[in-house]
Amino acid sequence: MAGLRTVYLLLAKDLLVELRNRETFTTMLFFGVVILFLFHFSLNPERENTALLAPGLLWLAFMFTGVLGLGRSFQAEQANDCLEQLLLVPGDRGNIFLGKLVGNFAFMLAVELLIIPLFALFFQLNLWDALLPLLVVAVLGTLGFATIGTLFSALTINLRAREVLFPLLLFPLVVPVIIGSVTATGIILGGGTLGEASGWLKLLGTFDTMFLAVAYLTFEFVVEQ
Amino acid sequence: MIGRYLANGLGMLALLAVLVGLYLAFFYAPADALQGDVQRIMYVHVPTAWVAFFAFFVVFMSSLVYLWKRLPEADRLAYASAEIGVLFTALTLIDGSIWGKPTWGTWWTWDARLTTTAILFVIYVGYLMLRSFVDEPDRRARLAALVGIVGFIDVPIIYMSVLWFRTLHQPPSIQRGGASMPETMLFTLLFNFGAYTLVYLFFLVKRVRIESLNAIAETLVAEKAVHE
Amino acid sequence: MAEWAIETHDLTKRYGYRPVLSGVDLCVKPGEFVVLFGPNGAGKSTLIRILCTLMKPSGGTAKVAGYDIVDDPDGVRGHIGLIGHSGYLYEDLTAVENMRFYLRMHGVDAVERRIAEALQVTGLERAMFNRVRTFSTGMKKRLCIARIVAHPPHVLFLDEPYSGLDEDGIRMLNRFLLTLKTEGCTVFMVTHHREQGLATGDRALYLVAGKMRTEPPAVGEV
Repeated sequence: MAGLRTVYLLLAKDLLVELRNRETFTTMLFFGVVILFLFHFSLNPERENTALLAPGLLWLAFMFTGVLGLGRSFQAEQANDCLEQLLLVPGDRGNIFLGKLVGNFAFMLAVELLIIPLFALFFQLNLWDALLPLLVVAVLGTLGFATIGTLFSALTINLRAREVLFPLLLFPLVVPVIIGSVTATGIILGGGTLGEASGWLKLLGTFDTMFLAVAYLTFEFVVEQ
Repeated sequence: MIGRYLANGLGMLALLAVLVGLYLAFFYAPADALQGDVQRIMYVHVPTAWVAFFAFFVVFMSSLVYLWKRLPEADRLAYASAEIGVLFTALTLIDGSIWGKPTWGTWWTWDARLTTTAILFVIYVGYLMLRSFVDEPDRRARLAALVGIVGFIDVPIIYMSVLWFRTLHQPPSIQRGGASMPETMLFTLLFNFGAYTLVYLFFLVKRVRIESLNAIAETLVAEKAVHE
Repeated sequence: MAEWAIETHDLTKRYGYRPVLSGVDLCVKPGEFVVLFGPNGAGKSTLIRILCTLMKPSGGTAKVAGYDIVDDPDGVRGHIGLIGHSGYLYEDLTAVENMRFYLRMHGVDAVERRIAEALQVTGLERAMFNRVRTFSTGMKKRLCIARIVAHPPHVLFLDEPYSGLDEDGIRMLNRFLLTLKTEGCTVFMVTHHREQGLATGDRALYLVAGKMRTEPPAVGEV
């Protein structure tokens, strides 16, 4: 199917470019480390309140590194106007969105998988027992964040003050993702099961599905010239 | 288009309605059993909140129309409604805050409706800032329309998630307005709904008109430049 | 297939309030080689972008390879090629990888063979595994041409193709354009290179201040 081919080729191309220039992943990761340091110095969490702060801090780390990667995702298509080449391929332009989304999602999740053990290390928490449910929440939350992020990243290409406008537009709209992810993470880290967090997971799932559809359908208008 | 006289007439009507509404709020409606006279601010707060959200709905609808039909009028309507909407949202936050101080003892509270209104304010501001950073009219209209549409679809989800978040952290406290309102209160409230909606419509008509004139002026300037 | 390779009726484009194309009528026969001249800012690049479905017109209609640019842009995209101002090249990938991406995206078969042949025709075989970042402007231009050599379209649009090419490159491009002609491909080229354009093309057109004409603008007119 031509659509899936576009998605796959775009993803493969982005991974290959990343392998070559190693610009996105490493910067995101080290920025994540810096953020964890900032948390330690600015909040100085003691053992007791670390457990309370952990879900929020973890997701703040995820989101700030995520914004970095998402903001860059269409920058790569800016040089030499490569996005235009993609627009000249016959087929639904929503597939370009999906190709980029999968790439962004993969990068974000990969960075998160490395931030989690670092977080556990820096703040002396045992995240190992809750790892699998934690990953489920991470996947659902990251997907929602990356969906709106990819859409708005494309929307803000070429705009003045892009670096400020992109986060400004993004963060209010992902409030449901933040609330759902942090609350669910809190339940999981507090020893709860996925079942107990199911209401929040449903919120995330609904958000993800709805905006995946909206973004896929409206992407055509975003990249129109 | 509505003629200038009709628009001004609408303005006079709106002003009159607001004045009557204020009179009703202060003198006609009875004082609230629990909160006393402070509760009267509801007659301004709730209608401005309604207009704030209704204006965003208008932004949503005109954005849809713009993407579908590419009518510049639809874009002007969206822009005007967003400007007025952000004004009313700010008013809602301010008078909500004023109401909060005597009733809750604090200037700000993370009540679900107030929080959602604050987030709506930021979305509006983002919408207007986006517009100010794009010079080309077609691109500006298209990108703004997308933000207007995606933003509006999100607002109910934002509200729900904040509400669930709140019920988790704090049970719902004082219910404003009470379980059932006496008729006089209801009437006053509904009257003020109408009054502030008229104010919104008046501003909307005037603002759209200014944008239309702007557009004509720019067309003339551009055509003159070509002929030189 | 339709009668005309490219046809437009009263094609108009405005950027906001500024008119760029005013009522352009164009008819190009299949296999014809049309060269478009015109001063800077006349709207030549805009016209090409509209015909390639990169931009929607403000008014009028146009068909390329028989497909309407507004109603059936995918049909158009499947039958055209563009060598434009921008390279559409990923600087961190090699020449081969860039071409592979392009050809696979367009669902072309025998990808590796086509790449090898095209890079040979355009004189890039020795640099094929080098990253595009190391290429000179001329080499990048040749790579753009190589993409089209590997996947020749029914209608080819060229926007200033000679810029950045050395003499050898110009000869190579002209050879390739001749090959396309013999294969019946329609070519629509915008260029400032009057001698090149008039030497290779069948027909010359002029775009002045958004309006199409068949005679060149008089001295001092623009």
